Amino acid sequence: MKLSIERATLLKALAQAQSVVERRNTIPILANVLIEAEGANVSFRATDLDIEVVDRAPAMVERPGATTVSAVMLHEIVRKLPDGALVNLTEDAATGRLTITAGRSTFSLATLPKEDFPIMATSEYSSNFSAPAPVLRRLFDKAKFAISTEETRYYLNGVYLHVSTSDGAQVLRCVATDGHRLARIDAPLPEGAAGMPGVIVPRKTVGELRKLLDDDEAQIAVSVSETKVRFATPVITLTSKVIDGTFPDYTRVIPTGNTKRLEVDASEFAKAVDRVATVSSERSRAVKLSLDEDRLVLSVNAPDSGAAEEELAVAYGDERLEIGFNAKYLLEIASQVDRENAVFLFNSSGDPTLMREGNDTSAVYVVMPMRV
Amino acid sequence: MPGLCRDCLSLFETGTPGGLRCPSCRSPRLIVHSELDSLSIAHMDCDAFYASVEKRDNPDLRDHPVIVGGGTRGVVSTCCYLARIKGVRSAMPMFQALKLCPEAVVVKPRFAAYVEASRAIRAMMERLTPAIEPLSLDEAFLDLTGTQKLHGAAPAVLLAGLTRQMETELGLTGSIGLSHNKYLAKIASDLDKPRGFSVIGKAETEAFLRPKPVRIIWGVGTATQAALEVAGIRTIADLLRWDRADLIARFGSMGDRLFHLARGQDTRRVTRDERLKSISKETTFFEDTSDPELLDGHIWRLAEQVADRAKAKALAGRTVTLKLKKGDFQLVTRRHSLSDPTQLTDRIYRAARDLFDHAGTNGPFRLIGVGISDLAPEALADLSGDLLDPDARKRAAAERATDVIRARFGTEAIIRGRALR
Repeated sequence: MKLSIERATLLKALAQAQSVVERRNTIPILANVLIEAEGANVSFRATDLDIEVVDRAPAMVERPGATTVSAVMLHEIVRKLPDGALVNLTEDAATGRLTITAGRSTFSLATLPKEDFPIMATSEYSSNFSAPAPVLRRLFDKAKFAISTEETRYYLNGVYLHVSTSDGAQVLRCVATDGHRLARIDAPLPEGAAGMPGVIVPRKTVGELRKLLDDDEAQIAVSVSETKVRFATPVITLTSKVIDGTFPDYTRVIPTGNTKRLEVDASEFAKAVDRVATVSSERSRAVKLSLDEDRLVLSVNAPDSGAAEEELAVAYGDERLEIGFNAKYLLEIASQVDRENAVFLFNSSGDPTLMREGNDTSAVYVVMPMRV
Repeated sequence: MPGLCRDCLSLFETGTPGGLRCPSCRSPRLIVHSELDSLSIAHMDCDAFYASVEKRDNPDLRDHPVIVGGGTRGVVSTCCYLARIKGVRSAMPMFQALKLCPEAVVVKPRFAAYVEASRAIRAMMERLTPAIEPLSLDEAFLDLTGTQKLHGAAPAVLLAGLTRQMETELGLTGSIGLSHNKYLAKIASDLDKPRGFSVIGKAETEAFLRPKPVRIIWGVGTATQAALEVAGIRTIADLLRWDRADLIARFGSMGDRLFHLARGQDTRRVTRDERLKSISKETTFFEDTSDPELLDGHIWRLAEQVADRAKAKALAGRTVTLKLKKGDFQLVTRRHSLSDPTQLTDRIYRAARDLFDHAGTNGPFRLIGVGISDLAPEALADLSGDLLDPDARKRAAAERATDVIRARFGTEAIIRGRALR
């Protein structure tokens, strides 16, 4: 194999490959990226056995071929090369090394046989559709903060992507929860997605997927089966196993009878929560919301370290209410609001609270209160 | 041989250890021991503490047998010596105690009063040494090493003074064990109860321990006792015949401890109020078991004991640990971090049960243990509920209600079906 490629193109292609590779690896080949050169293209393939990413880039291929080298090392080398450099990759079959030259720099990396590289089995996808990148970006971005890290409830360690109905219309929906807060985000159902099986997309896959979604104009080809999900742009294909488990029935968690309505400027609210939470040294910082006629008092009382209070002018017309929340959770859901005011719907100080943006029900959040 | 009068605290020299009266005040309450001047590790244990506080605060009770405990359906928490003569013991079901001693006066515990008395005793001990290790409200280890110069008196004198002061100022009696390590001091305080003062010197340690049953060793419970019996070990003398290596080979780390304790060797220091790092309970089975029902019952009971202790200490744990020892002594531990600290049996049980289900081993087990660590004050415990488990709130409320009932009527008053397995 022998090829030349522009440094910036190579760096971009390797970036995703090296982030899929697990840092601490017991199987040496999994630390490597499979480089395959053919025609006018070179592809870089990396896997951790759960996720596989293939990134294609144009290159001047002098001699087709394939080999594997350390993904992290190759990425580091290319990153440190001067911008605008032309990078030559040459495989020396006799020594089993890959030589990288650029300008006056020469590197030689150990290789492992391409035959040893595990290729993820292709599977039949029961559903294929296309969705604009900004739509998927919103679905996953707004849900991912609620993904659980708790290993015992492994089925919560991802975003539940499925088809549902909202106000009589079918929607593509993402739900994530860790038992303390829940995010439910809807988007209009893309054509061809109606029969899609519901899948739990793992946390790491959500992170990798995000890198495909930056381009506002891009259309993402989505393929879903019971066990795998695939997201593809013309240059990158991300394939991932899904979490083998049943996502809990989240619909019964979302309160429908909450009537006490608070409307508040989300960013002012978030800043105030952040300020008063400063005095609490505990890991789970509880903030008390005291609501009265058009008035909200946020307070923290940490016996060991201090106390803080801040008053906000809000729209609230129901009876007095005192309710406590974990400050971090409040900040996270408040920061999901970007266009309108945040609307909170409360029931009692012990019941889950619902939050949405204005009257938009396409993104709703539920948060469990804390005793204060 | 040095002697000490426990009533007037005067020191004297005598040739014979027994049958004497104090040369100064003629009291017969003397301690005569060759190592009296040099021993400095002590264990102080109050006599029938709760019952004594009750008798002190209500003099009408003085000549009646008194049982402190909850209702007729509860258990005996403490009983006075008059009740003990009739055979009443701590932890005995109340109905049985009343059968043995129908004339007994049953008093509901008043913990606030006991805590207050305990604090007063603690303050007296603080004047003697900073090295105090309380084991509960009514007993503590004291290390008086190196205090002789400061107080101008030997540890034995200070300790006799302590119990005398407890009697005159608080109206409560205690028994002292004085020896050269914690293990022997604790044994000693129990030898001459109530109002006792026993000394185990270095010279007589082995001779003293030799004929004693293995049960006397701290940490030897029913299961270890049974295992020792299988090996033909009933007394300390039997233990002394074993090599250290053989004991370790047969009983693991316990074997090492048995070897040293049989010789009266204990290097643990008296540590002041060591901040609790974890709370755990474990149980060793008579027979190795892999019966899931039985193990589930144990997990519940252990979780309950851990939760009880956490509640008593006003603490809560963020991490739940499950410990399993297999028949071949292979140890498996699994831990799980909760989102927030808990002191609830329900949450500890569920986490431990989940760890058990995913432990990747199915026994047979010889030991099971449940614990919590990463402790936090109870004010931070169980503050937030679980969206996906709406019943958790009801279960927590049920548990709090159970605790109230138990505090009033005794632990047996209300029991989970699961705990009966």
